[in-house]
Amino acid sequence: MTDMSYLDGNMLDAPLRELFAVDLSGAMGRCENCGVVGPVGGLRVYSHAPGLVGRCPTCSQVMLRFVRSPAWARLDLRGTTFLQVPMPLDQPHPGPM
Amino acid sequence: MGIVSPGFQGRPRSSEPALPPGQYLTQDFPVLSAGPTPKVPLDSWEFVITTETGAEYRWSWSELMSLPQETPKVDIHCVTRWSKLGTTWQGVSLDTLLDGIDTDAAYVLAHSYGGYSTNLPLDDLRGGRAWVAHTFEGGDLPAEHGGPARLLVPHLYFWKSAKWVRGLRLMSTDQQGFWETAGYHDYGDPWREQRYQGD
Ligand SMILES: [Zn+2]
Repeated sequence: MTDMSYLDGNMLDAPLRELFAVDLSGAMGRCENCGVVGPVGGLRVYSHAPGLVGRCPTCSQVMLRFVRSPAWARLDLRGTTFLQVPMPLDQPHPGPM
Repeated sequence: MGIVSPGFQGRPRSSEPALPPGQYLTQDFPVLSAGPTPKVPLDSWEFVITTETGAEYRWSWSELMSLPQETPKVDIHCVTRWSKLGTTWQGVSLDTLLDGIDTDAAYVLAHSYGGYSTNLPLDDLRGGRAWVAHTFEGGDLPAEHGGPARLLVPHLYFWKSAKWVRGLRLMSTDQQGFWETAGYHDYGDPWREQRYQGD
């Protein structure tokens, strides 16, 4: 019997495209260090740096790092327990269809 | 390129290009920072080297100042593509600080006040190529540039020269630091343009 306990990583493509088509400033994130939940738009972003560094406005710990190379983009979320994005089921999905 | 004045001293390699690939020359000193500037009072400042067996070697500010001082004049290269030539610093060589420390470690994680970190091979901190620097162009190193003291490892991209350095962890295996975990290169040789993982 085929092991159905996991799916191929390719299945992430569509959900992630949907996730990043939304306005992340409307997303909420939980700081792993202090536990506070707040909008991504409320992070303190340090941009005079080799990448973008988003810090918790309450405890200033790093919640997000974003590095853009010529070949790839990396979003590192260690420091963030969760990201929650507004995504009502009864509304059409945002972004190009 | 080719903007180096003919009277410029201290760069004997005149046949080599003045700048690593992809870099531009700047005269000012851009401030790069991944977070708030930590305020570190000198009377509580310390520098700690921790070996792979857990042994700790500590220096207070006055102990650092009482060690032999060097005044390296070096070029610095930031991964955000600016380079600054002929900068003069003062500090204590890592050869001096590592002298007498018993270790078989091959790697170092430099860590800083404020939480920053970066990884380097231990060998790159030896041989007169790395310092704990506290003076820039004759004055106290400004806090926005890493004062009271920063690591200075000018033969690697400048993110390896950890600002507000607090200590070194000597390790048998490589452990990535702040920008390396976010995709930057583990070694970071500007002349080989090792900006990102995989370069
Ligand atoms: Zn927090």
